[in-house]
Amino acid sequence: MEEFSNLMQGFSVALTYQNLLFMLVGILLGVLIGVLPGLGGANGVAILLPLTFTMSPTSAIIMLSCIYWGALFGGAITSILFNIPGEPWSVATTFDGHPMAKAGRAGEALTAAFTSSFVGALIAVIMITFLAPLVAKFSLKFGPPEFFAVQLLTFCSFVGLGKGHPAKTIAAMMLGFALASVGLDTVTGTLRMTFGTGELLRGFNFLIAVIGLFGIGEILLTMEEGLAFKGVHARINPSVVWQTWKQLPKYWMTALRGTLIGCWMGITPGGATPASFMSYGIAKRFSKNGEKFGTGEIEGVIAPETAAHAAGTSALLPMLTLGIPGSPTAAVLLGGLLIWGLQPGPLLFVEQKDFVWGLIASMYLGNIVGLIIVLTTVPWWAAILRVPFSIIAPIIIVICAIGAYTVNNAMLDVVLMLVFGIVGYLFKKLDYPLAPLVLALVLGDMAESSFRQSMLMSRGEVSIFWSNGLVGSICGLAMLMLFWPVVTKLLARLRRGNNDLDDARPVE
Amino acid sequence: MQTNHVSTLFRSLVAATTALGMLAPASVLAWEPTKPVEFVVPAGTGGGADQMSRLIQGVVSKHNLIKQPMVVVNKSGGAGGEGFLYIKDSKGDPHKIIITLSNLFTTPLATGIPFNWKDLTPVAMLALDEFVLWVNADSPHKTAKDYLAAVKAGTDNQFKMAGTGSKQEDQIITVALDKFTGKKFIYVPFKGGGDVAVQLVGGHVDSTVNNPIEAVAHWRAGKLRPLCVFDDKRIPYKEKITETMSWSDIPTCMEAGVKVDYLMLRGIFMPGGASQDQVKFYVDLFKKVRETPEWKDFMEKGAFNQSFMAGKEYADWVQKAEDTHKGLMKDAGFLAQ
Repeated sequence: MEEFSNLMQGFSVALTYQNLLFMLVGILLGVLIGVLPGLGGANGVAILLPLTFTMSPTSAIIMLSCIYWGALFGGAITSILFNIPGEPWSVATTFDGHPMAKAGRAGEALTAAFTSSFVGALIAVIMITFLAPLVAKFSLKFGPPEFFAVQLLTFCSFVGLGKGHPAKTIAAMMLGFALASVGLDTVTGTLRMTFGTGELLRGFNFLIAVIGLFGIGEILLTMEEGLAFKGVHARINPSVVWQTWKQLPKYWMTALRGTLIGCWMGITPGGATPASFMSYGIAKRFSKNGEKFGTGEIEGVIAPETAAHAAGTSALLPMLTLGIPGSPTAAVLLGGLLIWGLQPGPLLFVEQKDFVWGLIASMYLGNIVGLIIVLTTVPWWAAILRVPFSIIAPIIIVICAIGAYTVNNAMLDVVLMLVFGIVGYLFKKLDYPLAPLVLALVLGDMAESSFRQSMLMSRGEVSIFWSNGLVGSICGLAMLMLFWPVVTKLLARLRRGNNDLDDARPVE
Repeated sequence: MQTNHVSTLFRSLVAATTALGMLAPASVLAWEPTKPVEFVVPAGTGGGADQMSRLIQGVVSKHNLIKQPMVVVNKSGGAGGEGFLYIKDSKGDPHKIIITLSNLFTTPLATGIPFNWKDLTPVAMLALDEFVLWVNADSPHKTAKDYLAAVKAGTDNQFKMAGTGSKQEDQIITVALDKFTGKKFIYVPFKGGGDVAVQLVGGHVDSTVNNPIEAVAHWRAGKLRPLCVFDDKRIPYKEKITETMSWSDIPTCMEAGVKVDYLMLRGIFMPGGASQDQVKFYVDLFKKVRETPEWKDFMEKGAFNQSFMAGKEYADWVQKAEDTHKGLMKDAGFLAQ
């Protein structure tokens, strides 16, 4: 158990008054950053990075990584309360979290979200502690075809879920793909659909679309329905945390699935956002209450939150061991390592034991501190819903606008956010689903470049997608997910029952 | 200016006094920023240019080199075109500077966006980034000669080269190697240099032309092998990176007979129409930055070529580099139609 003694040493590094203080500051800042849409963890860490030059590298990374944990926690807050995802990975949390808040169960939804974030992170940290070298080796097996297979799997586990008209789902998805293709094409280096304007060079940012479609769209709907929040009668009861905790153990399977998906996506690195979508999709498919997903089902909060936090945490592993960031925030932290004079890479674990194990120990501590902080604030967050709509709505719109502006420091994005808000409103009125659009926008770009990189490598042979065991089995799993409704019918016909539930789990 | 409104009688007198008045403070009080300086990075967070600019930001605030804060802003859209157009549109604003990489030339040439470096005011060259030919440590090829001979002896599209972006520096070098060997590499573009290095470690491609800082960690861990550096002289750093090798032990590609040298600019520009005073302020600022231990350490870690230039010398260098890129990109068929 060499890892164990290393970890204990790490705790002795992390557990100084000074480091605990930095941890606390980091978490609080992180929650704030997470709450403000647009100002993501990556921006927050980047802004604070230069301030850390005078600190020791260990204290610096503890503070910055705590900002990251805080942002992961905080992203859920506005998703649940106002249907505005504070961070990209909390989009899937809105699907059930916001309906819960509308039904007066905001406290419950927040507790579930925070707790499942914590569980996801904890399991991911344990994995990092004991399996780091193995996991790093596994992640090296991922080339472009494998990445494409993962993205395909995300798609397949999510599509076909909506109850809406299939044609409308396809229309929404195609619109998402079209928006995703605007800007520079990384594979050929040419511009697409920018119509000669400089403003469109950067393409359509996923966050802007999400803030508009979900947040502004929701406010427009609320205005039409009578200028009041439906969650006004939310019980503000400090014991809501305990009451929710009592019912959480029932959903251990959903949480475990979410965590595994998250760990896997964080390492490969697929990222927290696709992980949350995939986890939500798979949970919906395999839950007994799957039919009720989208109407305020607590499992629909647990699934994406465990996955997002597990992915966010395990994304730090490839950063430390390989020097490739698993998420945008990890990318900024990576830059920080270099500036502090540390070289990320396979030797970091050997040469900088204090630093690495101090960081890992701070992941345990940071998440515990974070959980305590956010849970104690649940009743206050839920109480925001009691503020009259006429006061809070303008504030939300201003915060959204600031958030949209900060993504790229561009005024056009604020206009786009409003346009997306109207689109979101129309979509809801005309009963078009928003999720496929968002998913296509976030994944379309990545899936396209992985696919075309694969095609370049194989010189146009599609067989590259089943050329080895790994890519073949992920693609196989994706097909299984796509045709799952048909498969279940067949299974039922063959009276095999539901003994194959474990198929849902992706390759670990 | 005020003299226009004064009657002719007093004009000469007033003009003389203003001239005197202007002269005295100009020599004592040079221009300096009166509000926060926006430091634009035409690339994403976490990349080489981003790291360098955030290091500068940290050094500047730690050593109190300017009285105003410096804010780093990423504008990476359209291979950095977004950042360049932004600075172009900020003509006459001395509170904005931009750090450049080769996309200063490649982006407008490949995409046809209405931008040329002459729209900006050159400030200073901070450093030049080297390019190294890397293979996986398990590869049978021990030298550049070996490897390129194998490519020559193979067929078109047999060997895969991963690189950052499309129609940018990595692909330009790859095309030069195509020419040298007479065989085509399959060029696979990725988003960042870190991804590229990992693809090579994972054995998904045969070689890369990563910058030193992007691949050094894997080299030290014994996963990658450097074959040659695309420069006319070896990298000067003599400190051992692995057990047996230092940067200076990597032969140049010229030594292997490949007449390709390519260095990437890490330089600073301001919006057009900047006054000499303003340019001088930034040149002095970056001179001070270069003297700090943090900067020196960073240079050595990334095996940068520490050339520094400013003024006409720098502008001439940029002009020459633009011509070189035009030629290279035209030959490769990368120019926008």
